[in-house]
Amino acid sequence: MSELAADFQVEAVSPRQLAWIRFKRHRLAMLSGGFLIFIYLMAALCEFITPYGTDTRNVQAINAPPMSVHFFDKAGEFHLRPFVYGYDMHINADTWMRDYVENPEKRYPIYFLAKGERYEFWNLFYSDIHLFTTKEGYLHLFGTDQLGRDLFSRVFYGARVSLSIGILGVALTLFLGVLLGGLAGYIGGLVDRVVQRVIEVLQSLPTLPLWMALSAALPVSWSSLGIYFGITIILSLFGWPALARQVRGKFLALREEDFVMSARLLGAGRMRVIFKHMLPSFNSHIIATATLAVPGMILGETALSFLGIGLRPPVVSWGVLMQQAQNYQVIVLTPWLLLPGLFVVLTVMAFNLLGDGLRDAVDPYSTAGQG
Amino acid sequence: MLEIPLGSKSGIESCMNSYITRRLLGMVPTLILISMIIFVVIQLPPGDIVTSTLDRMQAQGVEVSAEQIQNLRAQYNLDQPMVLQYLSWIGNFVTGDMGYSYLFSRPVNELVWERLGYTLLITVSALLFTWAVAVPAGVYSAVRQYSVGDYVLTTVMLMGLATPSFLLALVAMYIGYEWFGISIGGLFSPEYRDVPWSLARVGDFLSHLWIPMVVVGLGGTASTMRILRANLLDELNKPYVVTARAKGVKPIKLLIKYPLRIAINPFISTIGLLLPALISGEAIVSIVLGLPTTGPALIEALINQDMYLAGSFLMLLSILTVVGMLLSDLLLAWADPRIRYE
Amino acid sequence: MGEQKIAEDNVLAIRDLAVEFKTDIGMTYAVRDVSFSVPRGKVTAVVGESGSGKSVTANCIMRLIQPPGKIVSGSIDFSPTRTDGYDIVSLSNKDPRLFDLRGDLMSMVFQEPMTALSPVYTVGNQVAEAILCHRDVSEAEAWQEAVDMLTRVGIDDVSRRIHQYPFEFSGGMRQRVVIAMALVCNPELLICDEPTTALDVTIQAEILTLIRDLQQELKNSVLFITHDLGVVAQLADQVVVMYQGRVLEIGTVRQVLKDPLHPYTRGLLAAIPGLAQKGERLETISSVVGDADLETPYPLTQMADGRQVSLSPDLLREAGHE
Ligand SMILES: Nc1ncnc2c1ncn2[C@@H]1O[C@H](COP(=O)(O)OP(=O)(O)OP(=O)(O)O)[C@@H](O)[C@H]1O
Ligand SMILES: [Mg+2]
Repeated sequence: MSELAADFQVEAVSPRQLAWIRFKRHRLAMLSGGFLIFIYLMAALCEFITPYGTDTRNVQAINAPPMSVHFFDKAGEFHLRPFVYGYDMHINADTWMRDYVENPEKRYPIYFLAKGERYEFWNLFYSDIHLFTTKEGYLHLFGTDQLGRDLFSRVFYGARVSLSIGILGVALTLFLGVLLGGLAGYIGGLVDRVVQRVIEVLQSLPTLPLWMALSAALPVSWSSLGIYFGITIILSLFGWPALARQVRGKFLALREEDFVMSARLLGAGRMRVIFKHMLPSFNSHIIATATLAVPGMILGETALSFLGIGLRPPVVSWGVLMQQAQNYQVIVLTPWLLLPGLFVVLTVMAFNLLGDGLRDAVDPYSTAGQG
Repeated sequence: MLEIPLGSKSGIESCMNSYITRRLLGMVPTLILISMIIFVVIQLPPGDIVTSTLDRMQAQGVEVSAEQIQNLRAQYNLDQPMVLQYLSWIGNFVTGDMGYSYLFSRPVNELVWERLGYTLLITVSALLFTWAVAVPAGVYSAVRQYSVGDYVLTTVMLMGLATPSFLLALVAMYIGYEWFGISIGGLFSPEYRDVPWSLARVGDFLSHLWIPMVVVGLGGTASTMRILRANLLDELNKPYVVTARAKGVKPIKLLIKYPLRIAINPFISTIGLLLPALISGEAIVSIVLGLPTTGPALIEALINQDMYLAGSFLMLLSILTVVGMLLSDLLLAWADPRIRYE
Repeated sequence: MGEQKIAEDNVLAIRDLAVEFKTDIGMTYAVRDVSFSVPRGKVTAVVGESGSGKSVTANCIMRLIQPPGKIVSGSIDFSPTRTDGYDIVSLSNKDPRLFDLRGDLMSMVFQEPMTALSPVYTVGNQVAEAILCHRDVSEAEAWQEAVDMLTRVGIDDVSRRIHQYPFEFSGGMRQRVVIAMALVCNPELLICDEPTTALDVTIQAEILTLIRDLQQELKNSVLFITHDLGVVAQLADQVVVMYQGRVLEIGTVRQVLKDPLHPYTRGLLAAIPGLAQKGERLETISSVVGDADLETPYPLTQMADGRQVSLSPDLLREAGHE
């Protein structure tokens, strides 16, 4: 009988716990979060993770396909230490392209935490320890490009640039969006009308053509770093309206709430009220929105660089890498050059899934509330 | 008794008319702001058309006198203050004179319309494709929320969203070449490229159109489907749906007539958000597939600093979006009586 | 009234109904072991505080419980005069009888008139649809019937207003439209789920009068959900008192309001301003009822005078049950 009574009881759970419970239910969001942590870590440590630098050329393997890792040699014998076979290259008489076949005679064992090419880690110190490398021969897990550069290494160096543009761009977007949306919502009146009009205009512009125009305007003489920041700024310039709109709406609602009123009556300055009192009360929503904004930045960089008006070689980014796969000749003959695209897709998907999970968790009634 | 009384019908019309007027007037300041932004953007690159013309002429060994330079600058109004330059640019634009493209050595007017037409065609068909896929998919995954089908659809759509459109275009080219043995570039087969329009040419055109349509449309499908799904989920258990169900309306009719009918409303306004994305996607896909639309010409104009051409393209594409948004708002007002009575 | 006779002439008999909702933090029972009957041609009132499961029970009768809710056990025997009776709970979701039941044999008026109608169809469209769903008539005939019914529920200038949208109607007028929609097929059972709670006081009285007059005219059975005991006194023949998803007491209006057996019912009565003595403090329910009496569910016991009550053995003995 008392058991029945317990059925009617609802456990007391704090909103934060409830959000975490809801988030944990999104398995895909959890998985995506894990994947993103992994790939950002790889990007951060790319000098160490990858066997070669971005410009190291292997003339013995030009346009070579990805190598497969073996544990059993041709005699069927098992080796605990994985190894790859070196390539024999000959020119295909029909296509005049290089054809590669594995040569069982050239067995290159893979060593972990072994000495390899010398690199400078984050401009901090020099080292030659790599996560994995070979002592003799070469190792191209993702194949090589037409200059014989290792695609695996370039993908992770590219990840550093592309992924950091995503984060940096969103940080800038957040700043602009929260500042302008906050001002519009908090001050109201003329400021609000102006900001709203600008938002409307920016949202009705076809983004890519304008990105193209702006990045084409970046002076060729700029350094790589300058171009990098230029592109980031261009991407954020059209990203903030959506966020500003959300922040503005929230501020309009919050402005009337008691704690903001009392802070104002106590004589707190505007900025202080905004940043100290109002922002913290909805930062969970901002985190969710920001997460959903990262993919747009990454895709933007990729598209611009792919078109040749974004980042330029020698900078390596996923978009720059994709630039090599501009026409279908290349795709048909060296399809592995599309691998950076796979990383773009996975990362963008992960950010979307994570953002969805976060949004559902902090704001269950915004979309699929009735679960 | 049954015919609609006159008063109410003309009431709807006059509401609609005043709504259209208000929206049209609201467009003017938006377009003015847009034109200013675009003017600033095309002025940004260091140097201008005269300096780049001079560079080319000098590279060819042609000597140019200071007087000639002065004439050239006057011809392009470059000797006047920025504000006047803007005014003469936008004034000419409004009266239909878009200037001269030195890149193609032809008036811009002659260059843009055909390309803009193809852009419009691809964008609109991509929009229709998006809807044709997203609406059934969104309805299905809302009605069968958390079912296997819901997850599969959401994941497939998400992959579409996550794949950059140029990558999709590349993959489409690869598949077309490897599996069907067709080259996918262009909007026409070689034999139809430069012949006058005929039924056969239209057929050839349509057989080329579907690839950019699918590639451009797929990117927007995921977000559109998710918006519809979320809207529909919001509506599914609203009191008016329960009332209608309690009335004995059969499930399929109930779904379409009640929650879907309302969920479509905010969905209509997403055309406005979708259009900029579609036009962006169209630009890059056309560049990859080599279609004779605005995208490839725009990037060429930008790289060569052909300011009149680039500015006209940017302006026309923006007008296209703004008009598309207006149309979606009008459609919304037509679909939702609450809005036109506001 | 003999007990046998009531049992024969029930339009509805609910037995041991239980409904579960799956929520973020687990399963909760919305109603449990609910049993009561609705006598034909009479008004049965269900009273109870917010969250006591009144609406859930009503929705079960029309099979309107949607996931995450689920009827886990019990039966609802429906005995209409027009067709054979059946157990509503056991109908499949696609059973044609379910669609005959909704809107034709039974219908429902909801609490929220502001949102009970779709904003994008005219009032006439939505009322006529109720007829078109169940009768084989032309659209014109259906609209004519809709006009008649809307006139009957007191809407002026019907031929013009029938072409208007719900947002052009006031709350009271909308509720009249919903009532017209519910009654247009002359259902045998009308369920009203707090039809006046969302309305102004003066309009509440009008709507109540309308419902009572129409009931007396059409002679249909009514299940009237409310938490207003004043309304119960005005309208009802039989009263069902619910608390936390269970039935505490069932009896005639006279029995329950004049001489309630359950302390919770007594508390409800004492909390009504009109019935309390002038100058006395209003009592809150929890101050009247010991919490222990409510926490433990006791089975409903049949009393000698025909009423049923759920009480602890001690209190039952006190109430004169042998
Ligand atoms: N959609 C739902 N999801 C979860 N729980 C629900 C849902 N609907 C009802 N419940 C549960 O059922 C219980 C009874 O709700 P019900 O709506 O029947 O109360 P009520 O007596 O009609 O109250 P009110 O007077 O406020 O209308 C609630 O306490 C709630 O816990
Ligand atoms: Mg209720």
